[in-house]
Amino acid sequence: MIARVFCRLTTAAVALGVAMGSVAAEQVNIYSYRQPFLIEPVLDRFTEETGIETRVVYASKGLNERLQREGRNSPADLVLTSNTSNLVELVDKGLTQPVESEVLEENIPAQFRDREDHWFGLTTRARLIYASKDRVKPGEITRYEELADPKWKGRICTRSGKHPYNLSLFASMIAHHGEKETKKWLEGLKANLARKPQGNDRAQVKAISEGVCDLSLGNSYYFGKMITNKEEPEQVDWAKSVNLVFPNQEDRGTHMFISGAALTKYAPNRDNAVKLLEFLSGEQAQYLYAEKNFEFPVRPGTQRSDLINQYMGEFKEDDISLTEIGSHVPTASKLVDEVGFDF
Amino acid sequence: MVNMQNNFSAAGADASGRSWLVLVAAVALLVALPVLAIFWLAFFPEENIWPHLLETVFFHYVSETLVLAAGVGFFTLVTGVGAAWLVTMCRFPGRGFFEWALLLPFAVPAYVIAYVYTDLLEYAGPVQGALRDWFGWQTARDYWFPEIRSMGGAIAMLSLVLYPYVYMLARAAFLEQCGSIRAASRALGCSPWQSFLRVSLPMARPAIAVGLSLVLMETLNDFGTVDFFAVRTLSVGIYDTWLSRGNLGGAAQIACSTLVFVVLLISLERLGRARQRHYVQSPARNEDTYRLRASGAWLACGFCLLLLVAGFGVPLLVLGSYALGNFASYWTDDFIGIAGNSFALSAGAAACTALLGLILAYGKRLFPTRAVRVLVSFARLGYAMPGAVMAIGVLIPLGAFDNTLDAFMRSQFGVSTGLLLSGTVFAILFAYTARFLAVSAGAAETSLEKVTPSMDRAARALGRNSWQTLWYVHLPLVRAGLLSGALVVFVDCMKELPATLLLRPFGFETLATYVYQFASDEMLERSALGALMIVLVGLLPVILLSRSMGRKGRAAGPELLRETEAPAL
Repeated sequence: MIARVFCRLTTAAVALGVAMGSVAAEQVNIYSYRQPFLIEPVLDRFTEETGIETRVVYASKGLNERLQREGRNSPADLVLTSNTSNLVELVDKGLTQPVESEVLEENIPAQFRDREDHWFGLTTRARLIYASKDRVKPGEITRYEELADPKWKGRICTRSGKHPYNLSLFASMIAHHGEKETKKWLEGLKANLARKPQGNDRAQVKAISEGVCDLSLGNSYYFGKMITNKEEPEQVDWAKSVNLVFPNQEDRGTHMFISGAALTKYAPNRDNAVKLLEFLSGEQAQYLYAEKNFEFPVRPGTQRSDLINQYMGEFKEDDISLTEIGSHVPTASKLVDEVGFDF
Repeated sequence: MVNMQNNFSAAGADASGRSWLVLVAAVALLVALPVLAIFWLAFFPEENIWPHLLETVFFHYVSETLVLAAGVGFFTLVTGVGAAWLVTMCRFPGRGFFEWALLLPFAVPAYVIAYVYTDLLEYAGPVQGALRDWFGWQTARDYWFPEIRSMGGAIAMLSLVLYPYVYMLARAAFLEQCGSIRAASRALGCSPWQSFLRVSLPMARPAIAVGLSLVLMETLNDFGTVDFFAVRTLSVGIYDTWLSRGNLGGAAQIACSTLVFVVLLISLERLGRARQRHYVQSPARNEDTYRLRASGAWLACGFCLLLLVAGFGVPLLVLGSYALGNFASYWTDDFIGIAGNSFALSAGAAACTALLGLILAYGKRLFPTRAVRVLVSFARLGYAMPGAVMAIGVLIPLGAFDNTLDAFMRSQFGVSTGLLLSGTVFAILFAYTARFLAVSAGAAETSLEKVTPSMDRAARALGRNSWQTLWYVHLPLVRAGLLSGALVVFVDCMKELPATLLLRPFGFETLATYVYQFASDEMLERSALGALMIVLVGLLPVILLSRSMGRKGRAAGPELLRETEAPAL
């Protein structure tokens, strides 16, 4: 009896799966490394305006492999990522195609897209130093390089050195200072850690508010997420316990990275996908997309949200090529192992 | 019961017997495909990772893995065997309740209990907050409190939800032990403790070893919990090599070496009891139990209560309070559909694994040759693989199949068949089956082993072929065992996250993926309702399981998931 029920359920489930895999008229299929609740509002607006439906598979890892294994029959049109290395890997594996679009070229500055237009940045984020309001005087730390200064011994918190956000920062250090210098810097930073790297960027700010440490590394948008958090109001207190430091304002500028998108090589809905890309680079979507996640729009001249203006204002960005940074990420990962950063 | 190693080669040597051999080989290969794909990947690394790994972090990974495995192994053994002994052999208040309730923590996913306890026990949590108010401490620097995000925390969390494996199997073994042997040992002057340590425990060892091996494999393949607690085990090394070094082949090599470790561990245990044979005569009767006196009884009761409250009560309360607080805003129409997806998928996978497990076990019974044994063992290795790696192993053969078929159809008939299997629910079902077959195949095998071979011979002498013998003779006898295996698989599937996340169709959510999307962003409260549903839906089979456990005296009772051989190899 039970076996029969199981069988029926299985058949139903498989039928459902096949039905969902079938091709509808006007649609874009998206593989997303970005969480659904971040992209849904913008995608809904796109559907409202164009009548094109969007369908999403979200996963935190492995979508590149899925695309590769599905090959020429993959239903995916666009891949949305939250860092550059996934985009660079997609291009390296030959899974993308270039997009020639005047709209995209106009909306997205050159440093935020691939030289051959295989991928496009959609929003930018800054890797900041969060500093305790009580225990760190304004101006006491102004550069990433100073994180290795012994005066911060036992006062710094960070997430795993292997996280893409940290690897990206470390890769930019390699690009600017070379591998040897960066290793020395990493050893210094490691020696200054208050605890074994753990948790996400937000957990470090929480640690500052709890007095575990005085400085932490964190992406800019986490501040916005905390200071406006209605569901968990204690996060507002965490955010209020720190000052934001935009490092290296006197020299190369603050380390930036992007969330971005690439058009897949065999995109079955190519035209619709390009429409969505163009929509995402347009003023309205840029404002929405950036505002929802407290990121910075890539499109010059887009209005920034009030919150960004209030807490972050204008700052100098490091405009080194993202492709170059991406090329140093494996080396950065190697260095993290060599200095035993996570142990 | 008779050792049946040599009894069936003759029975299998007719036409229907040979068809079994083909079927078993086909099923075993099919299920082993993902693991084989990972082995294949391991031959094509981007670069040789080992010099760097060995020089830097490899021994850290290995030592943290060993400490974690040893810790979880130790605590699940002590609590699982201890609790099983207490509820089987002793009489104390609440025994009948604990007998089944002690299985409940099994329904709680490890990553969920990790989130819950972190929320409670970290600095900002209610426990430390209350302590600070009470003693007037100001900051974290004023006092010491154990850090939940640590090795100790990870061991505690995993032990709390994994001990039911050991408990379930140890209890079934104790129930089956012949009471007269214990009585004899007592008559020969053993104290109850000595009788336990020198007679009952060694006799239950095979079953306990099976439970422990399931626990250890779950520990090895865990990523969510250890990552959350900053414990860097080999599975962290696998993901790091794959994702931040862009070296999938290298990651596959680490995964394969983990499997070697599992194989070694299980072989060692088997070697240790190579000469032991246990045959079951008659199950224990209730009159054999010890009546515990006052202090002992309350101690036993307290011990069981602690396990139950810590592993199930606390998570349920915390999740319940979050979920109820915002019930209206979280309970949407989508949500019912999502729960339905989880239920249907898990039920489907449970049915698949039960069926395939039975085929493999029966095939092994008909043809107990070395080749068949190795093949069947290989099909079970998926259990020790980290979920996302297993998912990649599923992508490869399905993608190859779909694209080869498509290319063929295009060239021959000018029709494109596209992706038939990749990106459908089938891919998830396949992943679940390949991953959890170890559980149900083990259950099927041990149930079958208890059917005396003379039944087979009688059926065959009366003119039934091997298919009919299975259908009319074996199936009714092993039904309870199969069902309990399927129920364990069902609960495991409800909790499965990484493979589901990567393999699912567009817009498809299960409870686990729903929880993950919020929990990964540390929005525990938003994810609470989903997590609660996983626990509650997972509860149904656990209750079924425990009810069938409680039916003592009937054949169904001891039938439960008892295995005399370690399931993986």
